[in-house]
Amino acid sequence: MAELTLLYFAWVRERIGAGEERIERPAPGTSIADLLDTLSAKSEGHAAAFADRKRLRAALDQRFVPLDTLIGDAKELALFPPVTGG
Amino acid sequence: MQAEDFDPGTELVALEALGGGGIASFTGLVRDDGGLEALHLEHYPAMTQAQVAAVVDEAAARWPLLGVTVIHRFGTLPVGARIVFVGTASSHRVAALESCAFLIDWLKVGAPFWKQAIRKDGGRDWVEAHGADDARAAGWKRQS
Repeated sequence: MAELTLLYFAWVRERIGAGEERIERPAPGTSIADLLDTLSAKSEGHAAAFADRKRLRAALDQRFVPLDTLIGDAKELALFPPVTGG
Repeated sequence: MQAEDFDPGTELVALEALGGGGIASFTGLVRDDGGLEALHLEHYPAMTQAQVAAVVDEAAARWPLLGVTVIHRFGTLPVGARIVFVGTASSHRVAALESCAFLIDWLKVGAPFWKQAIRKDGGRDWVEAHGADDARAAGWKRQS
């Protein structure tokens, strides 16, 4: 079964209590936003991390993408707040 | 991308050795904005490498550059510590200055780093992104 690796950073990681988890790759046609709805039911931490979608950003296979992007056959999905580097 | 400190002088000398007539640089430090002890920088290593390589390629396509150095530290950095260095070498002053500004503006919004403020009273909070930084980075896009 194909896997999808989820990576969490900053307060998303803190609220979930883990930096990484592996799940079965969602069905074709599933968007990142759809997956967030499913994951939110996993724990209170997930729900807290994904509650405010305006403050959430995503990268699919290491490229920034909007939350309505379809996951397709990507291997890695990272979820995090807006970046604050430099 | 490194945890260790760097020496801006050494980096500038290396850029000078490339033979251009102009070197521009920006060094970012941890600013003491009252009650701050340190910043903790978390990043997404694999994505950072790819993103920085892509934006350096873009800078090289837009300006006639002889060399580019980008250093971004991660880990816990006390007030006054160096965080980031961008240096550019070119035969032309304008190319060196503009590409340096482009690179640091882009790093602010496009490099997957997150800063956590560690205050002297022991409190910690994640630094919020600034809309003004997005606007500056978008400004470079419009000119292309």
